[in-house]
Amino acid sequence: MDLAAAEQFAQMGKFIGAGLATMGLGGAGVGVGIIAGNFLSGALRNPSAAPGQMANLFVGIAFAEALGIFSFLIALLLMFAV
Amino acid sequence: MSEEASTGFAIHPMDQFVVKPLFGGDHIAWYTVTNVTMWMAIAVLVIAALLMLGTRRRAIVPSRSQSVAELLYGFIHNMVEEVTGHEGVKYFPYVMTLFLFILFSNLLGLLPMSFTTTSHVAVTVVLALMVFLGVTILGFVKNGIGFLGMFWVTSAPLAIRPILALIEIISYFVRPVSHSIRLAGNLMAGHAVIKVIAGFATLVVASPVVIGAVTALYGLEMLVAVVQAYVFTILTCVYLRDAVGGAHH
Amino acid sequence: MATEAHDAAAATHGAADAGHAVGMPQLDFSTWPNQIFWLLVTLVAIYFILTRVALPRISAVLAERRGTITNDLAAAEELKQKATEAEAAYNEALATARVEAGKIVAAARAEIEADLAKATAKADADIDAKAAVSEQRIAEIRAGALESVTEVAKDTAKELIAALGGKADARSITAAVSARLKG
Repeated sequence: MDLAAAEQFAQMGKFIGAGLATMGLGGAGVGVGIIAGNFLSGALRNPSAAPGQMANLFVGIAFAEALGIFSFLIALLLMFAV
Repeated sequence: MSEEASTGFAIHPMDQFVVKPLFGGDHIAWYTVTNVTMWMAIAVLVIAALLMLGTRRRAIVPSRSQSVAELLYGFIHNMVEEVTGHEGVKYFPYVMTLFLFILFSNLLGLLPMSFTTTSHVAVTVVLALMVFLGVTILGFVKNGIGFLGMFWVTSAPLAIRPILALIEIISYFVRPVSHSIRLAGNLMAGHAVIKVIAGFATLVVASPVVIGAVTALYGLEMLVAVVQAYVFTILTCVYLRDAVGGAHH
Repeated sequence: MATEAHDAAAATHGAADAGHAVGMPQLDFSTWPNQIFWLLVTLVAIYFILTRVALPRISAVLAERRGTITNDLAAAEELKQKATEAEAAYNEALATARVEAGKIVAAARAEIEADLAKATAKADADIDAKAAVSEQRIAEIRAGALESVTEVAKDTAKELIAALGGKADARSITAAVSARLKG
């Protein structure tokens, strides 16, 4: 295998890996959706308690999102840094 | 990536993030005045205009800009007091500084042709490390070695406590990473997506759709800009609570 | 190897159209010291703006407003008290005025009634006087009429007797006429 072909192959591997890594964001989406949905169903049962829990809602979303962000980070690193 | 030039589409979504010297030259030393400097200075000016000029009359019945300043003050003050308790209120100016800088950087970044300072990992990593180191040092100063008790979950059975401690320690050190990458990643991704979609406008057939899509995305990005500033600030408060409010959370 | 390729691509790309981003500008570590330096300058500037000017001023304004609102509420309470007192005074005045008005009405009514009674009495007296005069005149007229009838009857009786060829003295005629008139 000559050098150019090897480089192309490595490039392909990077792109495929980056694409696969972005799938992790789907999990973050599911997690955020579950949190927001449960917040909404709770808020509809007891609307008077809902405004006090907005901070917890956002903290929960942020934590759920954090793990998705790692896969996003991996994708970026594969694309641009490796 | 060298293929990109030959495809015909001239979409360069990352161009907007390039750090350029403002007054010519190629070399970027630590003191060089760049577009980063300019947009940070604009953010400072906007904050100063809102908080100093807006409130200069100290009116009992506030003007429009004064009531915006009071609203921001009350919002962050309540958040700090609610999340960290009375002990945390003395760190309110730091939190307010972070919030205002991130909020106005995010919003100024949405102006066309502008530069989004908070989309840069360098900026957000420094912000997150300031919080991380500040909270860690503060925790040890206030609680002494007892701050480590945060990682030893006494409510769990003894057998799994070491494992939990390991997980807690990892998640503690992962905090600054997620804290910084969340902000930079959200802004960078949003701005890059707007740029990519806008690049499709060179196709005449697609341009009406593109205009609608860019408008919708712009609205979404406004929301993201505010929400990310809020999330960064409230996470700062949550981390601060660990240090201030003792080992339990 | 990949890094070399990347650099090579960057070089050719940069030569082709200068000014376009290569890869992620965020991961270009040569700009980091610059960004970090200006970020720290910015944060210190914002921190001083906040702590020296903005936050004390806003908290002073908020405290002042809270004080003003408290004072205003107290003043409003006081004014409300005054208003209640004024209302009581007004009600009292109203009641007094009503009583006074009742008195005035009663007095006026009594006066009017007195006037009316006087006028009625006067009118009655006038009417009585006029009625008396009228009765007197009627009586006179009636008396006159009776007398005339006696006269006419006497004259007629005398004339009749004379026409019949008799002769009668005045006394018997008078007696006869009187008897007839009575009958």
